[in-house]
Amino acid sequence: MLNVGKIEEGFVLDHIKAGKSMDLYEHLQLGKLDCTVAIIKNARSEKMGKKDILKVECDINQLDLDVLAFIDHNITVNVIKDGEIVDKKELALPKMIKNVIRCKNPRCITSIEQELPHIFVLSDEQKEIYRCKYCEEKAAPMFK
Amino acid sequence: MFHSNIEFMPAKGGQGGVTMKHLMSPLDFTIEELETLFNLARDIEQNPAKYAHACAGKVLATCFYEPSTRTRLSFESAMLHLGGQILGFSDAASSSAAKGESVSDTIRIISCYADICAMRHPKEGAPMVAAEKSGIPVINAGDGGHQHPTQTLTDLLTIHSLKGRLDNLTIGLCGDLKFGRTVHSLIHALVRYPNIRFIFISPEELRVPDYITDMLKEKNIPYEEVIRLENVMPSLDLLYMTRVQKERFFNEEDYVRLKDFYILDTAKMELARQDMLVLHPLPRVNEISVEVDEDPRAVYFKQAQYGVYVRMALILTLLGITVD
Repeated sequence: MLNVGKIEEGFVLDHIKAGKSMDLYEHLQLGKLDCTVAIIKNARSEKMGKKDILKVECDINQLDLDVLAFIDHNITVNVIKDGEIVDKKELALPKMIKNVIRCKNPRCITSIEQELPHIFVLSDEQKEIYRCKYCEEKAAPMFK
Repeated sequence: MFHSNIEFMPAKGGQGGVTMKHLMSPLDFTIEELETLFNLARDIEQNPAKYAHACAGKVLATCFYEPSTRTRLSFESAMLHLGGQILGFSDAASSSAAKGESVSDTIRIISCYADICAMRHPKEGAPMVAAEKSGIPVINAGDGGHQHPTQTLTDLLTIHSLKGRLDNLTIGLCGDLKFGRTVHSLIHALVRYPNIRFIFISPEELRVPDYITDMLKEKNIPYEEVIRLENVMPSLDLLYMTRVQKERFFNEEDYVRLKDFYILDTAKMELARQDMLVLHPLPRVNEISVEVDEDPRAVYFKQAQYGVYVRMALILTLLGITVD
């Protein structure tokens, strides 16, 4: 079994759907951070069978929790200080996301006016449905 | 609806406390605000002279990025009957959009030239982009297949005026219920009133979308879906006709087999109640025989007149103009 050591300060994203850690790495723009990142794929999990884990050694404030919650609000966020878990962040679906996903409706005004932001608004929290602010095209959280 | 970053402003002396500055969707108005708007429209209908100069010195810009003669002329007629002036363009080719100017930039310029703007655009959400950047009220005059709120307001005012109510109605919607934007908007607007029942009359291919029937189930609003119009004619308070377009069918055979089911003629009208009303957003092609036009229950041309009244009331309301 592969062992990845503890981190001293940073955060651990646990219970990521197996195989999705690289997508998460991209969306959270972790490549831009100058810090240690461990990507663990297909780790054994009692709850999920298999799961991915991301360990990132940097300040928690550098993580966009809204983007993370939109991608998958079931991910567990453990905040680490001095090698110990000091906090577990609850993720809630953000009311609005900006420039995380693009509207796919070819009839949407965002398809021809390039400078417009791609804004999606949570329209049904229970069904986890987002809609484009301009054309109301539906979108679901990424890993749903 | 979630027009969260559109600027809403309290009406300063506006008609009955309608608080919005722009109109993007028919649901932007509460039921109470609609009542106020319709009362104003009815007063305009009954006392046109009182409003003949209400907008003197005001300018309406009709920014139509695609042709829509009826809607544009209805807006222009509304402003002219209020004593205002009009300017604008009737297709994108004759506007600066042809040179690549964005909607955001265009509306900033139009804000310097006019006091209120009615915008039609083939792209969905374009009027909302305009509203975000505009210094003047923007009215969505139709954005692609998305919204056409003044058509819905027209339909509601017609029903309100001629039936005397918007509740306790059995409404038949006939024709293309799958792609018909006006039909979807009207359903969303009517479900806010009590004791509404829908009968959807369409071929299998053009049934009302699932998201509409799901919404009706969720709200416990009764509806039924049928294929033949004549079977349900006796139970209707209102019949809202739309065109069944040949190109919507998968094959010619089905079109030929079904098209007559959706043509309203005097024989079908004989099956209806004496107080039933027939509405149609127009233009009509052949889905209503011209012989029906003489029937007093056929109110689709009156509906176009109500379209002018409701747009007059809307312009006054959004400009915050009151007439004593």
